Amino acid sequence: MSTGAKDHAQLSDIFNKDEARVDWHDETLWFVRAKRDKAAHSLPEWETLRETASQIKDNVLSNMHEYLLQFEANAEKNGIKVHWAANGEEHNKIVHSILKENGVNRIVKSKSMLTEECHLNDYLHKNDIEVIDTDLGERIVQLAEEPPSHIVLPCIHKKKEEIGELFHKHLGTLEGASDPVYLTAAARDHLREKFITRKAAITGVNFAVAETGEFVVCTNEGNADMGAHLADVHIACMGIEKLLPLRKHLSVFLRILTRSATGQPITTYSSHFKKPRPGQTMHIVLVDNGRTTQLGREDFRNSLKCIRCAACMNTCPVYRRSGGHSYHTAIAGPIGSILAPNLDMKNYADLPFASTLCGSCSNVCPVKINIHEQLYKWRQVIVKEGYADPKKAIAMKAMDFTLSNPTIYKFAGKAGRFVLKHAPFTVNNKLNLWYKHREMPEPPKQSFGEWYKQNNKND
Amino acid sequence: MTSREEILAKVKTNQPGPRPLPADLSTVPGGMDSLTQFKTVLTTIGGAVVEVSNFEEIAQYIQQEFKAKKRLISTLPELASVTESGWENKDPHSYEDVDLAVIKAHFGVAENAALWITEDLMHQRAVPFICQQLAVVVNKADIVATMHDAYSKIGDAEYGFGSFIAGPSKTADIEQSLVLGAHGPKSMTVFLLG
Repeated sequence: MSTGAKDHAQLSDIFNKDEARVDWHDETLWFVRAKRDKAAHSLPEWETLRETASQIKDNVLSNMHEYLLQFEANAEKNGIKVHWAANGEEHNKIVHSILKENGVNRIVKSKSMLTEECHLNDYLHKNDIEVIDTDLGERIVQLAEEPPSHIVLPCIHKKKEEIGELFHKHLGTLEGASDPVYLTAAARDHLREKFITRKAAITGVNFAVAETGEFVVCTNEGNADMGAHLADVHIACMGIEKLLPLRKHLSVFLRILTRSATGQPITTYSSHFKKPRPGQTMHIVLVDNGRTTQLGREDFRNSLKCIRCAACMNTCPVYRRSGGHSYHTAIAGPIGSILAPNLDMKNYADLPFASTLCGSCSNVCPVKINIHEQLYKWRQVIVKEGYADPKKAIAMKAMDFTLSNPTIYKFAGKAGRFVLKHAPFTVNNKLNLWYKHREMPEPPKQSFGEWYKQNNKND
Repeated sequence: MTSREEILAKVKTNQPGPRPLPADLSTVPGGMDSLTQFKTVLTTIGGAVVEVSNFEEIAQYIQQEFKAKKRLISTLPELASVTESGWENKDPHSYEDVDLAVIKAHFGVAENAALWITEDLMHQRAVPFICQQLAVVVNKADIVATMHDAYSKIGDAEYGFGSFIAGPSKTADIEQSLVLGAHGPKSMTVFLLG
């Protein structure tokens, strides 16, 4: 997503101009978070499930080489063609070449954050291939020519009236109509025609099983199945970290995925694709795109355990009040902020700072990724590597200088208290970024050091 | 070096030291009765429960409830008298106008009301997704408590395609308003048999 040179704070400013909408966005996501809590609390074994899921994923990361080979061999034995892509560009080329071989120039695609990450739609569009996103939320943002703002709820930032307008323009629904039932029915008709007429379908992959060579795709709408079962060619795109060792491990992950995402006990469809149907060809594209690098970063490799449930976004006070687009990357929110700097530290240097480090993300993560700790660690790496926002870097340097010089520290404290008391206007203004959304504190009469000295003397 | 070799080499270098797999989980005893839970959850997620004691009752129900519908198909020979014959070996696109498909599930799962259905029971993979309304027959005795029991039951079974289906197709993408019937069936009826 191109946002010019704007960073998270500047993009949030744009989102924050409409305060009523920010409140609405905040409340909607909190509603989803609350549903997640209810689902999690209804299972006494919830914490055991999280711990088990986390350990299974630890095992996957530690034995990924073996599992990849095993998965490849089993998938090929099942009649699936396996491709390997080192990066997004290679992924796009592979998909394009499969489509070209089959003489296909119009396709349907169900939700896949990986293809968003690789910018597949743009690539195929430039090569004269029409892509129809079939997840309702994704179709809506596609019609609006916007990227998804949330990985599970792609158009969570849009009001129904705006969707009604889009549908009026593109699908011919009645002007001013905004009833979700009416709009969904219109989308159903519109997309059914696409499912029936397109010869190739792309899906993502939620889980891939090394033991059996099968992969699982979860949807509520049924769009992955409608696409795949009606198409002559099915291409499934997956990051290499989606592996699970054994089929039975799916039980753990299918129990936690949707409960964490939307609070449902399971998605409507959890489809296990093992072999192409007679007459169909099935492809899997295994994509690295930075994942092997992240695997080598000890402090950050845990981020590869992510199952894309979005619980960390729904709970994040910053995400809820800044919107998904402010993260200017395919995967927004806390998890996106630890994945993106691995891909491009300079371009995404702002994201690890888009957090209060409150830790709520880590607490809801179903695979126990230490998200807030990684955000904190990324900040240190980014400053050290020289990618931090210069204002932040200077402030940090000044703080370092002050805190390591007792004389200067004492003087700075005195000066600060003096200024706040006698000349508050010099800090209570627009030049002080900290003041923007806050009041400056009442200055204390003396520092703790001075107080301690005085009281110690009195003893 | 091909990308495959490159990726595998990098994974080998960068993957951490061995971490063991955790112990397998099983159903925590003491939960709600499975059949009761299945019915409760299915209703909550927008499905309908119909308890029957034999296939005749199912046939009767279908005739009564779906009599206005044009295309009724089933993979179950027991329902041949109330459904279309000779539909089986057609292009899957031709099922687009099927009003009701009645198929069988291997078993159901109480905790989420999902039904495990493999390709052999669908006849064609598209059937349970493309039909306007779906009905599934499952034996009351075949409701297991959790997904752990479900995968124990599946074991190393061979299938080309299989799906857990829980309720009708749905979406809440427009302002979190739940709408049944996104792309797939608008309703799901489960016949609990036995």
